[in-house]
Amino acid sequence: MLCDICKEKEATVHLTQMVEGKTKKIDLCESCSKAKGVDDPAGFSLADLLLGLGASQEMEEADTASTKCPQCGFSQADFKKTGRLGCPECYEHFEEGVEGLLKTMHKGTRHTGKAPAVWQQTKDYVDQMHELQTLLDKAIAKEDYEKAAELRDKITNLKTEYAAAAKTP
Amino acid sequence: MNIHEILSSPAAAAEREGPSNKIVWSSRVRLARNLANTPFPGWAKKSVRVETFKHIRDNVLQVESMKDSFDTGMDKLTTLDKQILVERHFISREHAAKNTGSGLVLSQDENISVMINEEDHLRMQALLPGLQIKNAWDAIDQFDTHLEHGLDFAYSKKRGYLTACPTNLGTGIRVSAMLHLPGLVLSEQVNQIIQAVNKLGLAVRGLYGEGTEALGNVFQVSNQMTLGETEGDIVERLNKVLLQIVDHEENARVKLMESKPKMVYNHIGRAYGILANAHSISSKETMNLLSLLRLGMDMKLFPGTSQALINELIIITQPAHLQKANDGKLSAEKRDLLRADLLRDRLKDVDRPVVPDTKTLEDSQNQGENE
Repeated sequence: MLCDICKEKEATVHLTQMVEGKTKKIDLCESCSKAKGVDDPAGFSLADLLLGLGASQEMEEADTASTKCPQCGFSQADFKKTGRLGCPECYEHFEEGVEGLLKTMHKGTRHTGKAPAVWQQTKDYVDQMHELQTLLDKAIAKEDYEKAAELRDKITNLKTEYAAAAKTP
Repeated sequence: MNIHEILSSPAAAAEREGPSNKIVWSSRVRLARNLANTPFPGWAKKSVRVETFKHIRDNVLQVESMKDSFDTGMDKLTTLDKQILVERHFISREHAAKNTGSGLVLSQDENISVMINEEDHLRMQALLPGLQIKNAWDAIDQFDTHLEHGLDFAYSKKRGYLTACPTNLGTGIRVSAMLHLPGLVLSEQVNQIIQAVNKLGLAVRGLYGEGTEALGNVFQVSNQMTLGETEGDIVERLNKVLLQIVDHEENARVKLMESKPKMVYNHIGRAYGILANAHSISSKETMNLLSLLRLGMDMKLFPGTSQALINELIIITQPAHLQKANDGKLSAEKRDLLRADLLRDRLKDVDRPVVPDTKTLEDSQNQGENE
């Protein structure tokens, strides 16, 4: 193992310290450790050292953390090994990698087929709301308040209807 | 539990008929579904799998068409019973390897089967005889919609139904048909057809799906892509391709009879000779020869014999069915003897193939070769 500072000599001094709940490790050769005052525990701050040379290591750590799905703990390495994902959430978490993969295996990367009825309802609702809202904005811009009031009532009705429908299983 | 009390008898299963079933033996549509916020079976802990299995099974049993269905945990089945279910195409070989936390629900009419906690939480399939993939899609589509009432499926607007393997993502649909193509095999055209079908983004596999060989000239054609197209488009495209393959197979049979009738009769006659007279025969050889017998039957060379007999023989000569009928595990050698006994017995009333006057055939063949 080479020294983290000079990257030339063999590291013989190995330090581990907890910084903000994270384990930080640093490996130094004898001359660098002396130069940085590591042999004097009182005057030595690992944190200072890490600000300089620990940056790349931190990136690596952040990288390993982000390749684990927060929902199920599945990692990219697991995917490489099994060809399967860990849970539905993984698709969101590994989005970037998945997108490229899907391009190679499917006709498209967007779903165009069946949707569960609840989703279908939501889609219809969103579409209708969007249309009414656009019309309402136009009416207000034209100062057609009679039309605007009519549209506002329609929107209220739609909201009530949707809320009622969502409650029935 | 004895699955023979629940499953239809091989004889009854062999009677099932569908459109174009001379060449298309069966049609299947399966959907992959998973529960939201639950790890996929391959990654879930055993306790989670056990829980999801119960939850899914209870919901599946609520569906009207699943009344009086057969349901079981995979841990409740013997290896032999699992193998029988594989031979009937109700479960995959992968599923047969599962135990606690996985299970099966099979509708009473055997049209719909649901594998729970295979690679995905649900693998539901509609399996119908003959060429009827559209009907199969309608049946499983309805079934899936019913299940939505009680099960919260993992779905994203962008990616569709989320599956353990990205190859099934989106629609989660696999449409497939089992095709009997002896004409294309004998006329050495089948590789061309396979290549053409592959180019259309469809897969061609053997009798038991992924990684199995095409025994008995039976091929399984299925879609590979599941995302970016609607289910209807996929079903439609496969249907068109299947109709074309059926056409090619029919043409190949006609042409073979014009150009090489002796070769065809030779194959069928030898198949009959071996099957009706052997004293030891492997399941592989049996399947290959039964395929030729079936071809002879399609060509009306065995008048008075029903097609159902061959279908039944195909089922009951397979290793697990044979063992079950003989009360337990048998060595391969013993199986080969019993299989031959069974075939000789069941074929004893089937007369030798009735072949038209061979002299004229030879003449026409010679003429054909001289042209």
